[in-house]
Amino acid sequence: MLEGILLGLQTALSVQNLLLVVAGCLIGTLIGMLPGLGPMSIIAIMIPVAINIGDPAAALILLAGVYYGAIFGGSTSSILINAPGVAGTVATSFDGYPMARQGKAGKALTIAAISSFAGGTVGAILLMGFAPALSSFALLFHSAEYFALMVVGLSAIAAFAGTGKVAKALMMTVIGLVLATVGESALFNAPRFTMGLLDLQSGFSFVTLAMALFALPEALYLVLDPKRGSTGGASTAIKELRVTREELRKIAPVVGRQSIQGFLIGVMPGAGATIASFLGYAVERNIAKGADQEEFGKGSIKGLAAPETANNAACTGSFVPLLTLGIPGSGTTAILLGALIALNVNPGPRLMIDNPSVFWAVIISMYIGNIVLLVLNLPLIPYIARLLTVPRNYLIPFILFFTMIGAYIGQNNATELLLLVGLGVCATILRFADFPLPPLLIGFILGGMMENNFARAVNLTDGVAFMYERPMTLTLLVIGLLLIFLPAYRRRRARDLQKGVAPGD
Amino acid sequence: MALDKWIAVVFIVISVVYGYSAFTYPLLPFELNMSFLPNTMPMVLSVLGILFALIIILTPKPKADPEGEALGDISVSRLHEYKVGQALALIGAMILYALALRPIGFIGATTLFLVGTGWILGERKLHIMIPVALVGTGLIWFLVEQALGIFLRPLPWFLS
Repeated sequence: MLEGILLGLQTALSVQNLLLVVAGCLIGTLIGMLPGLGPMSIIAIMIPVAINIGDPAAALILLAGVYYGAIFGGSTSSILINAPGVAGTVATSFDGYPMARQGKAGKALTIAAISSFAGGTVGAILLMGFAPALSSFALLFHSAEYFALMVVGLSAIAAFAGTGKVAKALMMTVIGLVLATVGESALFNAPRFTMGLLDLQSGFSFVTLAMALFALPEALYLVLDPKRGSTGGASTAIKELRVTREELRKIAPVVGRQSIQGFLIGVMPGAGATIASFLGYAVERNIAKGADQEEFGKGSIKGLAAPETANNAACTGSFVPLLTLGIPGSGTTAILLGALIALNVNPGPRLMIDNPSVFWAVIISMYIGNIVLLVLNLPLIPYIARLLTVPRNYLIPFILFFTMIGAYIGQNNATELLLLVGLGVCATILRFADFPLPPLLIGFILGGMMENNFARAVNLTDGVAFMYERPMTLTLLVIGLLLIFLPAYRRRRARDLQKGVAPGD
Repeated sequence: MALDKWIAVVFIVISVVYGYSAFTYPLLPFELNMSFLPNTMPMVLSVLGILFALIIILTPKPKADPEGEALGDISVSRLHEYKVGQALALIGAMILYALALRPIGFIGATTLFLVGTGWILGERKLHIMIPVALVGTGLIWFLVEQALGIFLRPLPWFLS
């Protein structure tokens, strides 16, 4: 492991990569602060840039920096103007915004930054322990297990989609898998479902799809509902960034607990930063006693530290399935996976063996990214926050333009832009009807791999017998099925309990 | 019927059409003896698609999700409050931009797009908007062309 760390340090500490971390964090913070633009949109916009860098380690370092920066920027706008740019920072606004209203915006930002730093750092340390262990285990996996593992990943994402949304999430996953079959077929590479269009022969572009699913609907929402992006004219005067030692001592246990809990939640596919932050907030509120508990929701520093720590630790945790199994656990890591594939890196258990510099450089750059956020972004926040005053008449045209140019320079093809607008409109309608979109993108990205692994397994065993003959495959498939039925069962239980039926009746 | 059920109906139609083309997929002669075919997964997917869409149509509407409310999520019930006209105009502008990008060239098309969309959104101070758009366009063009090394034709067809 020491060898790996040194290799990672060597790669991550090169001047170019250091600059990329700094740039990524800054860009992420700047854009993440804008209301309505989450990390997924920002990373989608940055992908063409990252792909053009050419070096996978550098590209992933840049994108990871953007990811952290975006989460940090999202917390900033939650605290200052109560407009969380990301679902993962909604819980931050519960206590952060009241603190800002009390004139303690600077202190709130510092606490948020320190908690994020601690969460991210502890997460990175845990990642360093977890990932190699998991990936050496994953080396035992065969194509049959890979297929089963992807089924588990996809069903876990659907299972965590939220109450009453499981069928919708599954539907979206299927649509994603369907979109992935357009282009060339598995194993034979003959054109398939292209409707005779040459433009479709290489399939849908992943960047276009990511932009259409995340960046474009958000931009259209900002247009539709001006209140969504309104800065509310809140005072953005930030002074007094310092925190006392007493306050640090108060939040230390919270940070300790939440960084571990957040990380573990982040590791599970489908449960990302959002669930971690809400759960972290709830747990800390229940643990707190007396006056401390009363203060939650009214500007408690513990209530601010909990979700901030948890969401950053979860972000780091979500890299575990990505780096070790090659299965993304969230929309954001799905986009990162797409970028890696575009850069000719195959994430999975062999990543550590084939591209150790990528693997370790990413982990090391996580530490560096966290330090950059703490020492560089925090003092700059009062200036960066001025961005919140950019009028939407200027903001929205530029967001739309960046979305389009991102899709265009990836393919250098104007048809791609029409496809982007069409898919974007569809995605907006789907969001209106409450269909979760991340499963679609994850299905799209996993579709090709899943089909190839399935095909390989079928060809090796000449039939689908591998599904029940290989114990590991069978176990994984059963877990996948259970995950789908679990939410329905729990809802039924909840209904029964409401009616007064005891469990077991 | 709620919007999501209508969408599910559309999904059924898509799945049926997709399934039809999957089941009637023209296989090559040598493929007929293989255990895994290019249309194996599509056939499974079309069946699953129809199944899930039916589940969506048949399940009753669940209660509102408090988490979504917290984000101030968008909902169809407030559609009349939204600026639908502006959004449609912007979508139109994006399509025009897609069609105009090649013939007019990057700088002209982008500047026009930025000023036009700003105008649609209600910006009337053209003496600020046009310089901002020009500087922004120039900067992006420079970055893409010089830093990333991707060619974007800057000028209209008759000039380059």
